[in-house]
Amino acid sequence: MQRIGVFVCHCGTNIAATVDVAQVAETLGKEPGVVLATDYPYMCSQSGQDMIENAIREQKLTGVVICSCSPRMHEATFRKTVARAGLNPYLLEIANVREQCSWVHKDREEATQKAIILGRAAIAKVTLNAPLVAGESPVVKRALVIGGGIAGIQTALDIADAGFEVDIVEKEATIGGKMAQLDKTFPTLDCAACILTPKMVDAAQHEKINILSYSEVEAVGGFVGSFRVKIRRKARYVDETKCTGCGLCTEKCPQKAVPNPFNLGLDTRRAIAIPFAQAVPKVAYIDPNYCTMLKTGKCGVCSKVCTVGAIDYKQQDTLEEREYGAIVAATGYRPISLEKYGEYAYGQSPDVVTSLELERLMNAAGPTGGTLLRPSDRTHPKTIVFVQCVGSRCEEDGRGKPYCSKICCMYTAKHAMLIREKYPDTEVYVFYIDVRTPGKNFDEFYRRAVEEYGVHYITGQVGKIVPENGKLLVQGSDLLAGMQPKIAADLVVLAAAIEPDPSARSLATLLTASMDTNDFFTEAHPKLRPVESPTAGVFLSGACQGPKDIPETVAQAGAAAAKVIGLLSRDHIVCNPCVATPNEQMCNGCSSCEKVCPYGAITYADKEFRMPDRTTALRRVAQVNPAVCQGCGACTVACPSGAMDLLGFSNKQIMAEVDAICR
Amino acid sequence: MQVKEKAIELLSSGKVSRVLGWKQGEFCYDLTPAVFESAEEVERSFVFSPLAGANLAKYLIAESRKEGVVAAFLKPCDSYSVLQLCKEHRIRRENVYLVGVPCEGTVDPDLLRENAKGLTAVREAGGTLVCDTLYGEKRVDLSAVLLERCKVCKSKKIVVFDELLGENGEENPQSTRFAAVEEIENLTPEERYAFWQKELSRCIRCNACRNVCPACSCETCVFDNAKLGTDNKAPASRFEEQYFHIIRAFHVAGRCTDCGECSRVCPQKIPLHLLNRKFIRDMNTLYGQYQAGADEESLPPMLDFRMDDCEPSAARGGKQA
Amino acid sequence: MQVNGAWQPTIVAFCCNWCSYAGADLTGTNRLAYPANVKIIRIPCSCRLNPLFILRAFGRGADGVILCGCHPGDCHYTTGNYYARRRMTLLFSMLDFLGIERERTRVEWVSAAEGAKFAAVMNDFVRQITVLGENKRLEDFRCK
Repeated sequence: MQRIGVFVCHCGTNIAATVDVAQVAETLGKEPGVVLATDYPYMCSQSGQDMIENAIREQKLTGVVICSCSPRMHEATFRKTVARAGLNPYLLEIANVREQCSWVHKDREEATQKAIILGRAAIAKVTLNAPLVAGESPVVKRALVIGGGIAGIQTALDIADAGFEVDIVEKEATIGGKMAQLDKTFPTLDCAACILTPKMVDAAQHEKINILSYSEVEAVGGFVGSFRVKIRRKARYVDETKCTGCGLCTEKCPQKAVPNPFNLGLDTRRAIAIPFAQAVPKVAYIDPNYCTMLKTGKCGVCSKVCTVGAIDYKQQDTLEEREYGAIVAATGYRPISLEKYGEYAYGQSPDVVTSLELERLMNAAGPTGGTLLRPSDRTHPKTIVFVQCVGSRCEEDGRGKPYCSKICCMYTAKHAMLIREKYPDTEVYVFYIDVRTPGKNFDEFYRRAVEEYGVHYITGQVGKIVPENGKLLVQGSDLLAGMQPKIAADLVVLAAAIEPDPSARSLATLLTASMDTNDFFTEAHPKLRPVESPTAGVFLSGACQGPKDIPETVAQAGAAAAKVIGLLSRDHIVCNPCVATPNEQMCNGCSSCEKVCPYGAITYADKEFRMPDRTTALRRVAQVNPAVCQGCGACTVACPSGAMDLLGFSNKQIMAEVDAICR
Repeated sequence: MQVKEKAIELLSSGKVSRVLGWKQGEFCYDLTPAVFESAEEVERSFVFSPLAGANLAKYLIAESRKEGVVAAFLKPCDSYSVLQLCKEHRIRRENVYLVGVPCEGTVDPDLLRENAKGLTAVREAGGTLVCDTLYGEKRVDLSAVLLERCKVCKSKKIVVFDELLGENGEENPQSTRFAAVEEIENLTPEERYAFWQKELSRCIRCNACRNVCPACSCETCVFDNAKLGTDNKAPASRFEEQYFHIIRAFHVAGRCTDCGECSRVCPQKIPLHLLNRKFIRDMNTLYGQYQAGADEESLPPMLDFRMDDCEPSAARGGKQA
Repeated sequence: MQVNGAWQPTIVAFCCNWCSYAGADLTGTNRLAYPANVKIIRIPCSCRLNPLFILRAFGRGADGVILCGCHPGDCHYTTGNYYARRRMTLLFSMLDFLGIERERTRVEWVSAAEGAKFAAVMNDFVRQITVLGENKRLEDFRCK
């Protein structure tokens, strides 16, 4: 038998001036199940709360309805009040008779009638309320960072500095990512390696950080607080614990014709290699696609020259399974393939390069030792044309990306400036749609390129680039001058759009983290939760969430780390008890609910059921993980049989409210 | 009789332990679904003809959960339902052996009886129904007595099978199955209301539509679900029957293959399939072509979205006043 | 609903907790008036609105039902209102197909900051339903 108490608040005159609170209490007191109905000037005051507490104890109330201000205001307050009196805090409903009644209606009679109806709806609902207990789940105090670029490194360092263990999983043989390939950084022109490599070393030496290079995430199970992650450690054919990084093997290896990925294939290296001088870990690895020993079984030079016996041709991939409380995706970006842009002659002439390739051509550790030389004949280019927005902001033709890649305007200004600085006899032209430089000191930087360094910025796109007699004939349009300039260039640099690293797509599936149409990870909220994925316990760092430059990436990396630290510093996570709950007897196992769940909270299990004819049958039924479910209720409507219901907002409760309002 | 022979072969070879097919019902024009467990049983009572209108898909939910493999004969329509149920993990595909049977349309028994008064027996001979009647033999062209769903057949393609008897057919994008929906859409709201009130007010809530519908295969229907508070033994409001049919159509939207069984079995001849077709048509126009049961992978429109979907204010059930 | 012998429309407004319910609260905080016919039911997200609830409301005597949720793209649960949008589009189209006035159902996106919009929407909706009159379209012939 229900024993419901109704408490009508005057809120001073806020409610009482427009609503006849005494009449509301009197009328609601006659509702079935209500054993007590009273009004009071301030329910939220200490004495008001004491009154509620006493009433619960004395009247042995089974449910409480408070007609007061919005539940968004005082629901939490009154839940605590109710709990203090020993009643489950979820056996409380609030009728919002201030914000949604007394404050919006002027007629006393009307407002009073509406307050009564809202009170009735709350009574009808509370009658069906079930005691709910917020679950707790433990937190494993270790974080996984996927991706070892500047985003991943910074996130890992920040988390580790707070005293938590971090594993960095990097698919390449070294951490460092794209930033390690850059020459200088805008807008300060400091050298990328000079600011990145100390951080790589910090990460390597940090006692809380464990770098798993040349590894990939293979499977993810579990949920926030206790993810179980399977990591594939790819065979590098070199014992990581023995290799000293002396580099002797990389000098003696007879297989010299391996395109060097670090220099984007602009030069070659050996089949066994250390990615670059400052690589972390500084350990060699063998590319099995080129190694003669691995392919034919004949060679073994590296093994012979290695003084510590680190070479192991029989090494196999291994799988490691570890537990983590939080996961950070920091998978970064890559420039798009320019295959479909035949008009720019990329691939036809070696002197048409991407901006990232130009970074290598200008880098002291690059294939030209830092002297800018054309790849075709290794001469100094005298005329250089930059083409902006190659694949950015162009969706129409199906080749490019609809978004702005954000970093191109600034790095092009940087390139142009560096070239004019170092080689003043070089003419530099930039074809652009518009120049976007919102950022601290960004516009000043761009203006310096134009005003101080005399870079020729031309508003317009390039239509065609034709390799001709060792030159590149660039046919563009100058929209401001209304001309069609033709420039005979020695070198053309394409600002290729950037896209999420392709590994992000499969990772998103493993993490059940959502992605947008461009395969960037989606934030939990675009403004208010920018570094969290909608999947609890999964955080986002760097360009995998959207194009961004280094300062933004580092800022976001720190923000993601702060969120992770906040999570890991708790021993338990208290879960929202208003979660979806399936009725297994009614579940069809059709997977509709799973498909609309934004959090991946729903899985299926085959369970045995007793059938009416006394046989048992195996049926596929939905299971909700209450630690992951956020309680939106999308699944409850997708479910045709009504097997999925939402605690705290159950079908029956909402229909009871409807009935009370419409009666 | 290719189908019957195949049933005998499957059972006697031990390939399957049961066969789902059709047998003679109460009347000569009535074929009813049946499970056969032996070749002798098939020999004795298995019947297949254009009168075998019943979709066998739904029976496979229970049958595929029993011991041993069950064979089922699928007309193109039925195959869509089966694939849809496989997609929803309702049919255990590994426990069924599916034999595709091409279809030239199924007979509307009422139309047949109008064309052959005093019908006592009927057999098919190459597109013609040879009817014995109290007034002598009468020959009726199959095309003259087809069910509405067969006149506007959407596809003769069998989308899932282990074995085919004869040639597989093709989808029919030219089908005019939405014409009747459009006709209602072209009425004024008052006329539409009058039409549906007249139709739905005949409902006796026998639940035949629900019981036959392969998409309506819930373990417990919401309308029988006491826990949900939506169950009703007797109508609680003047709106009960409409309520039932709207929700039923909504629950099968994106899952309904348009097999037309609901209208075929309705004893009150309510054109229930039009409700489903309205949803299908809306989903096709608003969210892109989608055929439930055509494959196992695609996401049905109700479980999917696009950021630039139209707003509900654009929803129109027909001509406005 | 009969008030003092005159018919007054009954309007059920389902509001998502994060945007529209807060928006309705803001309407109150700003003291912007709208008719008392509107009764709000709080749901966690617009995607929680089951068509069953709408039909139930109509079946029990509501004259209009409105759903308010976060603007598309702003859903607290990221995707909830996208699903709600499809469901309501199809359901409203079906109700219209059955000849139930299209104007009796509505979806509006109201953010937590749009108190004024909430009031404007409710004023407009109540006016519209008042013009339409009592909801009789859902009745069974045989009950007359």
